[in-house]
Amino acid sequence: MTSTNAKQERSLTSSDAKQERSYNNIHKYTLDGDYFVVDPASGAVHVADKTAFDFLDKVKPSIFERYEGIPGGCYSELYALYKRGLLFGDDNCREHAKTSIDAPLKALCLHVSHDCNLRCGYCFAKDGTYGGERQTMPPETAIAAIDFLVKNSGERTELEADFFGGEPLMAWETVTAAVDYARANESRWGKRFRFTVTTNGLLLDDDKIAYINANMSNCVLSLDGRKAVNDKIRPTPNGGGSFDLVTDKFKRLVQSRSKTDSNFKDWYIRGTFTAYNLDFTEDVIELSRLGFRNISLEPVTGDEALPYAIKHEHLPQIYEQYERLYRMIKAGESDINFFHFNVDLEGGACVIRRLRGCGCGNDYLAVTPDATVYPCHRFVGFPEWEMGSIKQETPPQKMKDEIKAYFTETHIYSKRDCPDCWARFYCSGGCNASSNERFNDCRITDSKSVECLMMKKRLECAIALNALKIANKC
Amino acid sequence: MNNQNQNTHIKTVTGATLKETAEKGGCGKCRASCQSACKTSCTVANQPCER
Repeated sequence: MTSTNAKQERSLTSSDAKQERSYNNIHKYTLDGDYFVVDPASGAVHVADKTAFDFLDKVKPSIFERYEGIPGGCYSELYALYKRGLLFGDDNCREHAKTSIDAPLKALCLHVSHDCNLRCGYCFAKDGTYGGERQTMPPETAIAAIDFLVKNSGERTELEADFFGGEPLMAWETVTAAVDYARANESRWGKRFRFTVTTNGLLLDDDKIAYINANMSNCVLSLDGRKAVNDKIRPTPNGGGSFDLVTDKFKRLVQSRSKTDSNFKDWYIRGTFTAYNLDFTEDVIELSRLGFRNISLEPVTGDEALPYAIKHEHLPQIYEQYERLYRMIKAGESDINFFHFNVDLEGGACVIRRLRGCGCGNDYLAVTPDATVYPCHRFVGFPEWEMGSIKQETPPQKMKDEIKAYFTETHIYSKRDCPDCWARFYCSGGCNASSNERFNDCRITDSKSVECLMMKKRLECAIALNALKIANKC
Repeated sequence: MNNQNQNTHIKTVTGATLKETAEKGGCGKCRASCQSACKTSCTVANQPCER
């Protein structure tokens, strides 16, 4: 990593906070000899030369307000951007935090199975059980959940349900019942459904692959990369590895998906990296070698005391890996579509959406096999977060007013470290459940946490790649 | 993007997009996203507007 001040940037626990606040509303960094300037409040992104980049250390709004500069000079270029609101721009988005208060329901995470046929070492869901009994959602509950979603979706036309677990293919009858019911009625309801399934692949067969490719707008296929890496942390219940059991099935799904006559083409391999494979670029390369182009490789989260947890001391190596991936993609050495380097600089989500991100507890909810509603899958199993049941004839707004109100008022301006963070409109304040797990409060964010620092590094790479594409430099 | 991209020291690759999105935004047609690492750590920044 190279940046404004190399020594500061190497100080992993304090550099970002110092940088964000010392430059008021802009964030500047360098990557592989290119100079980038982000103006978070306006959404502007600039590619600078070293002269302008260094000049930005010396100027600030109060100087621009007093001095126009000499036309044609570096200062005057910066001055013009300032006057256009593209440098040190004012954040005028706070007023939009009041919108979406009564947002109708848009998406459900359907926990069709609280059971799993793998025993992944890092599973936040406790082998799929979420700390409860192993159980499967009955088909009639899934159908009731679809009705619940439609009934409480107001004038929304685009609705979503994702099949989650545990391992959702263990509840295949429930999955197909819900999809078939929605497809049979969506025109009559004036709605359109998008379905997603997240699977470990063990139970995939040709019939399921054909059904998924015909009906799921997205599918998330869990595989961690190299066989040794995957099998160490994703074993079967008898301790065997899962890599050989699922890889060919995923290949068949992906190959046939591209040939399926449907609009549903999205998919990606979703892996996790841990302290055991800090050289995770090798896992991305292995997944690419296996023929998987769409790759999402996530850092594991959880208590830092756990042996696989990522700690601050690992960050230099992780930054190095993200930069290695950045160089590979920038140089065209790989055609992988690395999920975390995707950022839409020109046509992304509106600022209203960016204030809250996922919308959990508000327009996005999770439903368990016994029909209990939670703000999202990460809150399942915690009684204090129960919002009611879809079996009650009560809309979600009325189920637990205080929980919905809490999440509608949880946004980047109400989170501790977010209001002046340069990344706020990109990450939307991160995961509420993660904050709750760590601080028992969804509104406490820590800009120095491993999670935030990795997020910002990924965003720097993503913004740089896309900025250079627009500037026709790669 | 036009005038300032005649600049020699700093090129704007994307302008003030956020304010514009506020004027037309909030329709809710875009895909749901999940910032949790156990799903995809999906940032809204990589979600396209589908209006």
